[in-house]
Amino acid sequence: MDEGLKNELQKQGVFTTTLEDIYNWGRKNSVWPLQFGLACCAIEMIATSMARYDLARFGAEVFRPSPRQADLMIVAGTVTKKMAPQVVRLYNQMPEPKYVIAMGACAISGGPFKQGYNVLKGIDRYIPVDVHIPGCPPRPEALLHAFMTLQQKIADQQLTGVNRPRHLQVDAPSEFTVPKFGEHDLEPSSNPAVWQAPALVR
Amino acid sequence: METLEQIKAQIEAAVPGARLEIIPNDSPSAQRSLLVAAENGLAVAKFLRDDPELHLDYCSNATGVDWPEAELTEKIKVKKVVDGVEKEAEEVKKTVRPAYLEAVYHLYSMAKKHGPIILRLRTENRVEKNHLPSLTPVWRSCEFQEREIFDLYGIVFDGHPDLRRILMWDGFKDFPMRRDYVAPDDYEYEPTPHDDVLEKAKQHRAQEVKS
Repeated sequence: MDEGLKNELQKQGVFTTTLEDIYNWGRKNSVWPLQFGLACCAIEMIATSMARYDLARFGAEVFRPSPRQADLMIVAGTVTKKMAPQVVRLYNQMPEPKYVIAMGACAISGGPFKQGYNVLKGIDRYIPVDVHIPGCPPRPEALLHAFMTLQQKIADQQLTGVNRPRHLQVDAPSEFTVPKFGEHDLEPSSNPAVWQAPALVR
Repeated sequence: METLEQIKAQIEAAVPGARLEIIPNDSPSAQRSLLVAAENGLAVAKFLRDDPELHLDYCSNATGVDWPEAELTEKIKVKKVVDGVEKEAEEVKKTVRPAYLEAVYHLYSMAKKHGPIILRLRTENRVEKNHLPSLTPVWRSCEFQEREIFDLYGIVFDGHPDLRRILMWDGFKDFPMRRDYVAPDDYEYEPTPHDDVLEKAKQHRAQEVKS
């Protein structure tokens, strides 16, 4: 609808919107995160949900204890290789539409433990991540900013066309390979459908 | 508390046939430790805990050390006869120290407020003779720490109540804290590589150039 006409109608007391806008508006303001934390970042996540930073202002106050009721997974903390299959399984158990925020240096890259033998070098190797937050740990403001970024991302989603989100595409996968414990490493060591080692342009 | 020499003498008196050795420490802390033969380990530990004077009732830390095979060089003075004249000459003697694994225990006394006494137990080698007596029956606090040593260094503790891997998963085959451990190659680009990472980065760069 033409923007000028919309404004003109508003002056007359007629409000118009599109189905897409109202659908996305509803979704972005009721994102329920999954209640789980892996390390110290989880403490910041808890602080974000409490009165001082008050994640409830964004419609995300209900941390769900079950993945079946959650829309958003905040991967808050170090993902060890021993924990990675469980994280992927929790993600698989969440119903679509679902989103992931990787919170903190460890969750996005392995962080200070990157050279270690038992830390996954970023959860984006196994599941698609929507927002990455750097920091060790990130401040609650950073998580709020990530949350607002995610809300913007949801608001911008188109319900039709090629770029429509995953939950509206019939063939798009909603479950991702759960890695298995191998003799030397997780098998596979990353999911090529989700992640590939960044190519260097020199 | 008595000196380490006195404690060593006490143990030798209490545990017949105990083979003990005091390991010197050149670092600023100068914290010496007591090397105990594996077969006496449990008896020595029981003595240290139950002796009314020592009363070491608390094992604060148990950890592992991996000693790979090393060539030790030692300078010794040898008298040589050169052209009928006796001269003192220095000769370098090389000995090969076989590889072994070590478990180190730090013992304190809560009751007497003294410590630490440091015990070292050595395995014969790193492959199949990697057994040591578990000290968990003496100090409960060793349980998880011995499991961790088993997990990361591969020392098998005989007499441990529940010897399983604790940090890595059960099917894992390697021992990550051993010096010859090679981590899986999941290198990815880093902006400022250094040390080992720099070496890895160079290797990957060479492969990239080849392909």
